[in-house]
Amino acid sequence: MIDWCEKCEEMMQPFLDGSLSTAEVQEAEGHLERCQWCAKRYRFEEKLRHYVRVATSETMSPELKAKLLALRTPL
Amino acid sequence: MSESPPTTADTRRLAAEARARVRFEEEALELSDQVYRVARRLVGSREEAEDLVQQTYERAFRSWRQYTPGTNLRAWLLRILTNLNIDKGRRQQRTPQTTSLDTEAGDYFLYNQLEAQVPDENPDEGRVLERLSQDSIVDALAEVPHDFRDVIVLVDIGEFSYADAAQILDIPIGTVMSRLHRGRRILKQNLASEASLK
Repeated sequence: MIDWCEKCEEMMQPFLDGSLSTAEVQEAEGHLERCQWCAKRYRFEEKLRHYVRVATSETMSPELKAKLLALRTPL
Repeated sequence: MSESPPTTADTRRLAAEARARVRFEEEALELSDQVYRVARRLVGSREEAEDLVQQTYERAFRSWRQYTPGTNLRAWLLRILTNLNIDKGRRQQRTPQTTSLDTEAGDYFLYNQLEAQVPDENPDEGRVLERLSQDSIVDALAEVPHDFRDVIVLVDIGEFSYADAAQILDIPIGTVMSRLHRGRRILKQNLASEASLK
């Protein structure tokens, strides 16, 4: 018998990467609609990715920005 | 033999080239924030990242003719950046063959572990995520070995496709996928350790 939650767990990362086939996407979405346990974990994974992106984001200093602009070929 | 004066065609060609060059430089500079953001997580310190980005732009502006217009300029710049990073020998630290990673742990283990630390009954995922501080995420990522971290930084932070990441790092796409899979597991293990120290 297929353990759908286990299958869903395996598909989670490729699903978030958008690398599943159309049939697999339908399978994953179907399970997520029916299973609150997996749906909550899916939302967590989605938010975690976003959070990692935001938390590790650092803007460059104005000094570096100015140095890069100075590299331009003079007109 | 004296040099012949420039023809109208020569002048036109030079003017067109100057315009193409200015356009290239402008487009590359528009991407500098994104390039820096990725660079900052590929190397250990702000200073290293700043040096690397500056050298990347110096090299890009020198070799701008090698860029094919219409292709992914951000990936082209990152390719220069990772090559410079390798040249500097900053990546001499090799990934250890054996780690204490529990590869059997499924993808939900971080969630399950964090949820157990939340006192509420059946908390929502936002509450569970709050167990992770911004600093703990930065530290957990920094502790992921280079080879795995590179792909996480490019795909999950830089939002590059597998194909672009493969091209930037000069590795097969299958290697990008396997490193990403393993790297995300390592990151999650590090996050779980950081959260348990809270």
